[in-house]
Formats: sequence, structure tokens, C-alpha cells
Amino acid sequence: MVDLIAKPRGRRAAGPPPRLDALAGYLETKPAAALQADNISAWFGDRKVLDRVSLTMPAGQVTALIGPSGCGKSTFLRILNRMHELIPIAKLSGEVRIGNEDIYAPGMRVTDARKRIGMVFQKPNPFPAMSIYENTISALPLTGVKASRAEKDFLVEEALKKASLWDEVKDRLHQPGGGLSGGQQQRLCIARAMALTPEILLMDEPASALDPSSTRRIEDTIAELRGEVTIVIVTHNMQQAHRISDQCAFFLASHNTPGVIVEHGATEAIFNAPRDQRTEDYVNGRFG
Amino acid sequence: MTTATYLPDYPVNGLDDAQPREITVSHAPVDQAFRQITRLSGSFVLLIMLLVGTFLTIKAVRAIKSVGLWDFITTQAWSPETNHFGIAALLFGTVTVALIALVVALPLSLGGALFITEISSGWAKSILTGAIDLMAAVPSVVYGLFGLVFLQKHMVPFAYWLSTYFGWIPLFKVDGADPKNPLPNDALYTSSSLIGGVIVSMMIIPIMTSMMRESFSRAPAGEREGAYALGATRWGMIRSVVLPFGRGGIIGGTMLGLGRALGETIAVYLILSPIFDINLHVLQNGGNTVAMTIALRYGEANDFTMSALMAAGLALFLMTMAINFTASAIIARSRSGADSEA
Repeated sequence: MVDLIAKPRGRRAAGPPPRLDALAGYLETKPAAALQADNISAWFGDRKVLDRVSLTMPAGQVTALIGPSGCGKSTFLRILNRMHELIPIAKLSGEVRIGNEDIYAPGMRVTDARKRIGMVFQKPNPFPAMSIYENTISALPLTGVKASRAEKDFLVEEALKKASLWDEVKDRLHQPGGGLSGGQQQRLCIARAMALTPEILLMDEPASALDPSSTRRIEDTIAELRGEVTIVIVTHNMQQAHRISDQCAFFLASHNTPGVIVEHGATEAIFNAPRDQRTEDYVNGRFG
Repeated sequence: MTTATYLPDYPVNGLDDAQPREITVSHAPVDQAFRQITRLSGSFVLLIMLLVGTFLTIKAVRAIKSVGLWDFITTQAWSPETNHFGIAALLFGTVTVALIALVVALPLSLGGALFITEISSGWAKSILTGAIDLMAAVPSVVYGLFGLVFLQKHMVPFAYWLSTYFGWIPLFKVDGADPKNPLPNDALYTSSSLIGGVIVSMMIIPIMTSMMRESFSRAPAGEREGAYALGATRWGMIRSVVLPFGRGGIIGGTMLGLGRALGETIAVYLILSPIFDINLHVLQNGGNTVAMTIALRYGEANDFTMSALMAAGLALFLMTMAINFTASAIIARSRSGADSEA
């Protein structure tokens, strides 16, 4: 069995606050960064699924990607933190930039790109062999960062508070993460991503596997993270997109053609004054 | 058409007369037949195992009675003709060869399985997977010949080097070896437990690799992606997701390999030169195992000497059974193969 988290050596000295040198990179509050996708096309094998999509996701705001199934919005999201390339037959063209840096540039290490751009998946996927505590800071062993017990304690509390989970789990941090409810597991995954203080957080239908009250907690969490981190969320739920997002982008793939953005802009405008008939039909639930 | 909704009328006064009802299941004839056939096959396996065990025990009783159980376990000799025999050296040799095989096979199959599931892709992956399965199909006598004719020659210099520089460790000592002699006596280093163990390792690597590969490849995609999304290196992901998930496969594969190594006969028979003393020096000529002694001695056996061999066989049977049961218990308790919630 692999020991994932080093056990504390000796008793922790009381008094002075923990030194956080090793984690300096993790703890400094990086400002949320804007994410810019330029001319993104994507293929699976020979099938083109996205055609020259460009979108600006403004810093600190929540951008919702909406559209019917199979329109390429999840693919687009996975391109934003280089998860797309994990699929062997996947290809893409275009650029994704944080500030002026292209995350696909040859000098950019894929692990660094993913550390700056966190991701939460549709199904909660905490590591079942790890406790809540270990799950929250699982990024440390995964990326080979050593930290003292005090630093970890600090990081765990910070991250769990950001995900509004701290009060519910602070008394059972060392129980397995798999024992939490689905909604709590999902917030644990948010905490896990936030522990890296990413500049951008991607969410792929984070609430679609959850019941309404858990969904609401997730939405509250998103609202609290707004401003601190740039959020890009894929959702099938129109009301959810309306409630939580500042910006919306409507993706559509007409029959046998790759997905494109039909219309994007401020959420209120997309819902109340769309310029394209298809957008109006979709946001009003007339298809999709 | 009415558009009103309905409110169910529950009995007033909280009267609860609901009782769980019996549910009788009647199976279709096809299902019935299928159940019976599978039940039969299942019991047949159990029956054979019981038969083998019983047969060995009955046949072994005579020999064990004649020397006594304690003597049978502790004696380092095999001379049923003079009523002086025991399995101490045989069991020791069996375990030695099996452990050497395991020490060689474990890192190789672990690395191989990880390479196949995590690193290789496309044609390399399918060729390797096929090659491993093919390796498992090679008869052990072929491995034995390969070891005898080819590998032994090339192992001797390694054994010589090991004994020259690490001879101070009792395990690597070779009696009669003279490090100052520029022309070492090869015969001292041939037919040793080490060479036998290395040959056996080649036989167990395929099954171990294949079991580990299977369990690694079932590590849930959701957890893998979760790790990668946190910026995990490949090794970080393997350490936190694949290895904990594949733990059952690693242990189970190792146990299965060990069980096979303990019972391997013909390859060991070809390599080892049989002695009936406990030989701690694994680099040194001479060793023995239960299985090879049976193969070696049954031709010349009469009723009583046969019973002695049966007794040795029983000991081996019990040992491998214990190991395999331990293995299946561990596999059953691990997460491997179970569906993940993630």
C-alpha cells in the first residue's frame, strides 16, 4: 500500500503561526485571470466537433456554456485545461491564453497549465482511498510538493471554507471522502481544485448528478467564488445558467456539422433579448 | 375530461394493516436447466479438489506413520528404503526457489503491467499484451531447456561476481570458491537455486503481469481524470489512483505466481542438482524441491517409497492451497474490479 501523506513527525510546536514557505506558490492570492480561446477547432479522429470557436471569459466572472447535447461545449471546456489531449484520437487547433500565455505553447508544461486552470467534473470523483483531509490537499502528493503538517492544516481549512464545506466536515476530516453525500463529495472536489488557488475553475455540469438541494449548495458556492476565480461552467439547466452566470455562450451543432457558438454575451441579454432565433428558442425551452 | 388532481385517502385513525407479502419465484425451464448445469460444473471442481486431497492423505498415511509426523517434517534426507526420510530440505528448497522467482518476477511484472496500461499505446500495447499471454502458453519444459542450455551459461558470471563481492552475506556464500583463482570453477555455480529461481520467474511473470494489467486497467477513468486535472504528473496519478486501486491485483497476482512457483516441476528438475540438505547458499550448486523429487523418484518407487512421495506431495498440496486461499481472500476484500461510484 502506498503511503500518500507523510505522517507528522513529533508534536507541533504551539504558538507562532506556521511558516508557509513550501506552499508559497499555492497560498499567495493570485488574481482571477481572464481566459481567451481563439479559433478553437477540435476533432475526434476524422470527425470535426468544433469549428473555429472564439470566446473571452472575463476575469472573476462566471461564464456559462449552454446548448443541447453533442454541441461540443464539454469538448470546448476540456480543451481549456488540456484534458482533451488525454483521449488518444483527439486533435485540436487554435490557442487558449491566460493573459498572454498560450497554454498549448511548447514551453508550457501541461501539469502547470492544469494547476492554473482547475476542473470539477460531472460526477463527483474524490479519491476513495483518501480521507476528506487527504482529498482536499491531494494536489500536493500528485504534483510532488512536500508540506509540513501545519501548512497542510492551514491549506485544508482554507480550501474547505472556499467550497463552503468546512462547517460540515471539520469534525470528521479523517474519515473517507467517499462517505460524504453526493453534493458534499462535489464540494470536496471543488475544495480539492481550489486548494491549488487556480486562476480559473472549469465545471462540467457539476450539479447534474445531484438533487435540488445539493444543486443549490453548489450554486451558492459558485456565487461565493465569483470574483475570486474565473469560472466557466457547462450546464444543461437553463434556470441554473440564468441564476449563476454573468456571461453566456450558446453552442449549437446543426445536423452533421461541427459545433459553433451561435451567440454569446451578458446573461441577461441572452435570456431576455437574444438576437438569434435559435438562441431564443433554446433559452425558452422550445428545443434541446 | 377532468383536470383536477387527486389526494389519496389513507385510512383514518392511523390504522396500518400493511403486511409484507411472500413472493414466490418460479423460474423458466431454460433458467432451471441452466442453474442445474452450472451447479453441476461448480460442484465438480470442488469434488476433484476433495478427491485429490483425500487420495493424497490416504496414500501418505502409511509413510508418515512409519517415521512419525515430527520426523517427517524435520528430517533432511530422503531414503525411504532405510526408513529415514523427511521433507525439511525439500520444503526449504521449494520455498527458496519460489522466493527467488518472486523477487525477480515482482518488479518486472509490476513495471511491465504499468508500462502496458499507463505508458504504451496503440500497436505497442496490443503486441505487448499478446506477447505476455503467449509467454504464459510456452510449456515449462521449454523454459527448462532454455535455462539449461542458454541461461545457465550466462548466469554463472553473475553468480561468481555476487559471491566474490557479497560472499560475506551467508546467503551469497559459495563453499569452496576461491576469489583469488582467476579461472573460477564454473561447476560450483551451476545448477543452483538462483538459476532455478530465475527460470521459474520467467514462467510466473506472464500470469502476474496479466493479472496486474487487468486490475490496473480497471482503475476508474473518473479518478484518473480527477488526478490529471489537479496537475498530477503521470507518476503522481499512478501512485494515487492506479496503485491503490490495483492493490488487490498486485497481491493476488503475486500469490498466484507464488503458488505456481511452488509447484513448478520440470524446469526445476532440469536445472537443479538434487541434494537433501538445507542449502542456504543460493548461488551454490545443489538444491531441491518437493515437486522435482517426486518426478525424480517415482520411477523407481515401490509401494512404501511411493507412499513417502505421496506424503511429500500432500505437504505441497496443503501449502499451495493455503497460499491460494489467502490470495482469493485478499482479492475479494480489495476494491479491484468493483464498480467505482466515481
